[in-house]
Amino acid sequence: MKHTMVTRSLLWAFAAVVAALLVLPTAVVIPLSFTDKASLAFPPAGWSTRWYENFFTDPTWMRALGNSLTVGLLVAVVATVFGTAAAVGLRRWANRRAAGVTQAVLLAPIVVPAIVLAIGVYATFLQLQLLGTVPGFVLAHSVLALPFVVISVSATLVGYDDRLTLAALSLGASRWAAFRQVQLPLIMPGVVSGALFAFVTSFDEVVLSIFIKSPYLETLPVKMYASVTRDTDPTIAAAATMIMLLTTAIITIGLLSLRRRKRA
Amino acid sequence: MLESSTITKTGTRIDIRNVSKHYAGSTAVEDIDLTIEPGEFLTLLGPSGSGKTTTLNLIAGFTDLSAGHIEIDGERVDNIPSHRRGLGVVFQHYALFPHMSVEDNIAFPLKQRKVAKAEQKRRVAEVLETVGLGGYENRQPAELSGGQQQRVAFARAMVFEPRALLMDEPLGALDKNLREKLQLEIKRIHQDVGRTFVFVTHDQEEALVLSDRIAIFNNGRIEQVGASHELYERPRTLFVATFMGESTVLRGEPEWHGTEWTLGFHGAALRGTAEPFSGPAALVLRPEDIHLSSREDDIPAGHQYCPVTITQSIYLGSGRKFELALADGSTGIVRGPLARGAGLEAGDRAFASWRPERGSLLPDTGSRSTT
Repeated sequence: MKHTMVTRSLLWAFAAVVAALLVLPTAVVIPLSFTDKASLAFPPAGWSTRWYENFFTDPTWMRALGNSLTVGLLVAVVATVFGTAAAVGLRRWANRRAAGVTQAVLLAPIVVPAIVLAIGVYATFLQLQLLGTVPGFVLAHSVLALPFVVISVSATLVGYDDRLTLAALSLGASRWAAFRQVQLPLIMPGVVSGALFAFVTSFDEVVLSIFIKSPYLETLPVKMYASVTRDTDPTIAAAATMIMLLTTAIITIGLLSLRRRKRA
Repeated sequence: MLESSTITKTGTRIDIRNVSKHYAGSTAVEDIDLTIEPGEFLTLLGPSGSGKTTTLNLIAGFTDLSAGHIEIDGERVDNIPSHRRGLGVVFQHYALFPHMSVEDNIAFPLKQRKVAKAEQKRRVAEVLETVGLGGYENRQPAELSGGQQQRVAFARAMVFEPRALLMDEPLGALDKNLREKLQLEIKRIHQDVGRTFVFVTHDQEEALVLSDRIAIFNNGRIEQVGASHELYERPRTLFVATFMGESTVLRGEPEWHGTEWTLGFHGAALRGTAEPFSGPAALVLRPEDIHLSSREDDIPAGHQYCPVTITQSIYLGSGRKFELALADGSTGIVRGPLARGAGLEAGDRAFASWRPERGSLLPDTGSRSTT
């Protein structure tokens, strides 16, 4: 099929409009975060960095950031360990039908509406007294992050030759040693990008977090939601800008590490 | 290690006793019974899907068996995981660890056995020398040719002095010249180290070059085990006869008088002796055992014969090859020195003859190799 110059330019223009519609609403927070007024008026009349200053000096914002980083890192560890184990196990499972059903269950949190999950988790955590605790947050967020690890590790496992594991076993490596020394290093790009996606999933999770937070423990997105409903203070724009840059950077690294693996 | 010595019979003995492997709804191997002698080079030969690789995987412990048991040096290993069986395995596609250098690949089994670093280095260098790749320690597998990769895989499977070496079509991915060169090297190394080697291939020529004995697989069963000359000269089944080398097959219903049989083949009266069996039979003749005569009077004394039509006469320099049409329409093949059948051309009618004891009368199971 041949594209004429006209159809080609039309396609580019259309793509540009779609891209702008996707990105601009998000990009609006960047100028908002540099406003000198104490309101979220757009466009800002004057410029200042006082809301960034406010973010970094207000202990409640800093505590929320600290909580988000702690929970995010723990989720990255928990979801990556279990997600990798699940992906490797699913691939080895001889009963393909059972493996398929199990995989569907593991990936379900992606399609189940967060609010449904949130109500269930809230009821359960109430019973178990996990509301407003770090273990509670890590557990709940790990459920949401697990599918991303399973997907990303499964993708790299497709290119893994199982005979390498057999070779390692025949050479005297135990199952664990074969995994540790041969399989894991070779699927590492998928594991790393899975960990990054898991961190990001936790770091910007709102719906579930609102249900399981307590006055003593809230994450950054929860604090932002509270802030926008209570005091519409542009600090939230500063926080949003930083979250956006951080998650964009992490996702970019994750995608690049997957791409590098495919080329190798 | 690996110092040249005469073949020692100190290798490992492997006993496979009535082993079967069933998968859901299908049978990979059925009732395999085979003893691999210490220091022996045994080849598992058969067409693809005949169960030879499954048998190797069962020995290696990659697959659990459904029935029977396997002993290595008299010790039952069915419940011993492959990493504690102490067997070296070489795979068709090398299975080198792509993220490790040649040195790290070969040191891998030593590392698992907690061999001291300096000793690892020394043994890697030594085994690389043995396979003709001295000084290749720091290369990456991706930088090596197929033949070099297979040498590294071979070195890696040898370096920890395994009880036996198992090889699954290790030369299958290489071109013909390289394959022949490596066959001779494998044979040399086997003679040097005097260890038990189990080799899987579908290439009967390769099996002939390498093996002390060959086990011929067909449909998940072993048809016959023996030295190559036994399989060629005294095949026990029609499958073995037709899989090992070329053959001409005359089919018919024999009549038995004790161990003596007579067989009418389109006017020719054939006779001989064999262990009696019931049902249709196939008389198998090797190409070099058949003489061709243009006149009935010229047939050598003591030969049996039948009339044939020459369909092709091919000059091969060192000799001549003929293709024949038998009276029942099946094809036959004759090879011999240039003098044999001299002057016969395609289209000529002739008499094929042979000494009676050169023919093998076997049950005609219809199970004939297609190769």
